[in-house]
Amino acid sequence: MHQLGEQIRSRLPYQRRNAASLALLIFAMVLTLSAFAEVGLARDGSIPGGLFVYGGGLVVLALIAYFVQAKFTPYADPLLLPLAVALNGIGLAMIYRLDLDTSADRKAAAAAGKKLLADAADAPSQLMWTFVGIGLFVAAVLIMRDTDKTDAPVSFTPKTAQRYTYLIGLTAVILLLLPIVPGIGQQINGARVWISVGPFSVQPGEFAKILLVVFFAGYLVNKRQAMSLIGKKVGPFSLPRGRDLGPIMVIWFFCLGVLFLQKDLGTALLFFGLFVSMLYIATQRISWVVIGVGLLAFGVFISTLLPFMGHVNQRIDIWLNPKPYFDGGCLLESGKVVPVNPNTEIYEKYDTEGSVSPGFTACAELGGEYADSAQLMKGLFSLAEGGVLGTGFGQGEPWRTPLSFSDFIFDSIGEELGLTGLMALLLIYALIVQRGMKTAVAARDPFLKLFAGGVSFVVALQVFVIVGGVTRLIPLTGLTTPFLSQGGSSLMANWILIAILVRMSHDARKPAPQAIQDEGMTQIVSTR
Amino acid sequence: MSPFTLTLIKLAFLAVLWLFVIAAVGVIRADLFGSKAASKAASRASQPRPPRAARQPKPPRPQRSAQQGAPTKLVVVQGERAGTVIDLTGVPITIGRANDATLVVTDDYASSRHARLYAQDGQWIVEDLGSTNGTYLGRTKVSRPMPIPPGVPVRIGKTVIELRK
Repeated sequence: MHQLGEQIRSRLPYQRRNAASLALLIFAMVLTLSAFAEVGLARDGSIPGGLFVYGGGLVVLALIAYFVQAKFTPYADPLLLPLAVALNGIGLAMIYRLDLDTSADRKAAAAAGKKLLADAADAPSQLMWTFVGIGLFVAAVLIMRDTDKTDAPVSFTPKTAQRYTYLIGLTAVILLLLPIVPGIGQQINGARVWISVGPFSVQPGEFAKILLVVFFAGYLVNKRQAMSLIGKKVGPFSLPRGRDLGPIMVIWFFCLGVLFLQKDLGTALLFFGLFVSMLYIATQRISWVVIGVGLLAFGVFISTLLPFMGHVNQRIDIWLNPKPYFDGGCLLESGKVVPVNPNTEIYEKYDTEGSVSPGFTACAELGGEYADSAQLMKGLFSLAEGGVLGTGFGQGEPWRTPLSFSDFIFDSIGEELGLTGLMALLLIYALIVQRGMKTAVAARDPFLKLFAGGVSFVVALQVFVIVGGVTRLIPLTGLTTPFLSQGGSSLMANWILIAILVRMSHDARKPAPQAIQDEGMTQIVSTR
Repeated sequence: MSPFTLTLIKLAFLAVLWLFVIAAVGVIRADLFGSKAASKAASRASQPRPPRAARQPKPPRPQRSAQQGAPTKLVVVQGERAGTVIDLTGVPITIGRANDATLVVTDDYASSRHARLYAQDGQWIVEDLGSTNGTYLGRTKVSRPMPIPPGVPVRIGKTVIELRK
């Protein structure tokens, strides 16, 4: 693990790449502004006012972030900031575009005196959260120091976190468990991942994932030698000792707990995958990956057998066979699915004045579990509508999908930019992950190596889980799409994550302090 | 807006999006292989050990025909920097504790400018630069420039290097 970094450093003197960073950043801004312009030209035939408010806001913020990066972390990786700005900008443009359609709906609903939609695309608040997110990026870059600057009275470096490994681990667990505390936790769309803090809903899991990376990194730095060296060799694998299996079992039970109590398959998958990948980075033993995948498969298998796991079971059922659930379906005890959509008789029976959700009532009457696959299927329809080249920004109808601005924003973008656009977005994510991994390889300290590797892996895994979910590659789970989805928690956590990577890459890539030319006397080999 | 114009705008946006991705990859490419500007900047900033900043006059270029079977890399097999690989491109390589050496060894038993390796007629020659503890080719002390057969270890202080194909 160490040698590779040494080797790369000895062969590659890194340069400051601020000019490249600025050029790419300006490119990212052009991209964002042209997205806004395209929305306006397609809808009204003129440049929209939103271009100046939202696009201008993002440009100012990104420039501030750039100058802070260039001044305080001049050797930082040139790609991280522009890539994040590009994703954030495209997300903002998409939300602005959805807001134009849904805000008309909301006005109509308000005029008719009906209840307002609880969640809808909201571009002003997304701009505000972008502001907060980039503000946190700037603050984090300013607060964190390089690891060799330990003489300052208050020196907070990414490595400081190593001292508080277990405290941070405990904080992460508390943050993850907060949503199931009655009174604070909120259940939205079948998953308990929110807590309410004053007027805001916060997803603590978004922050917990960074803290968990720190905890795993701190733990594995101490234990990796035992975990990587000791063990019996069986065939091509070297199996670890029984007692070294302890940590992975604890994490496994914990993730199963998250799965059972919070009914959130995505979070469980994210954290377990994170731990297994960091274990692999730390030990370089393939047997850990085999054990991890085996445990995960076993865990998901037993969870499908348990009777109270209806929600997760049903998500798997919807994934395999979404059609009967369209606009409402009812999974009976026998495993049969009865459609309860508005075209069925049973729906009409319960569709009386004042009933909130007739399908749900009807299903409860039948004694089954209610679910609706309309989201997933409409998302797939919108991807199909987009095709290879898409309908063009502002020319499709992505707002027809529920949650088109958060969980399903990837499908919305797929409708308007097509497969061509989605591939570009996935490449941007891949580049962010690659830069993170590169930072890990170049880092000098084993803790920072694991930290950077884990942080980039968490982004990769999250993108895989949500994009796989909305494209029906794996069962759908509600995770946010980093930088694209509407939501403050996600934006803030991801911008902090980029700030950590920027600081670590500066630390790893800056030239080593020049040794003084006096090498001292050469010792003489005694020839006695 | 006519549908045709809108289609053009749509395609233009996708083109800009892909150009952005390609530009980003281009920046990494320069990071890996070094752009012309970057390598110029590197030699100006007198990086610790740029392989081309050799002070000695260049030895005559090896003949193409004689290069058949010539070693292509220098591998450090023992010592502080074990695992380091340096590509042999024909430029001379200096080894020592001084910062301007091609291969800097942090080794108390090596001299500042300990030994020099250069190519001549498709062969690599090792030359001791008047070091305190001497340079050894296999088990013989290098007293005058000697050709290095591939796979024979060269010992400099506690560091052992080998030429490989």
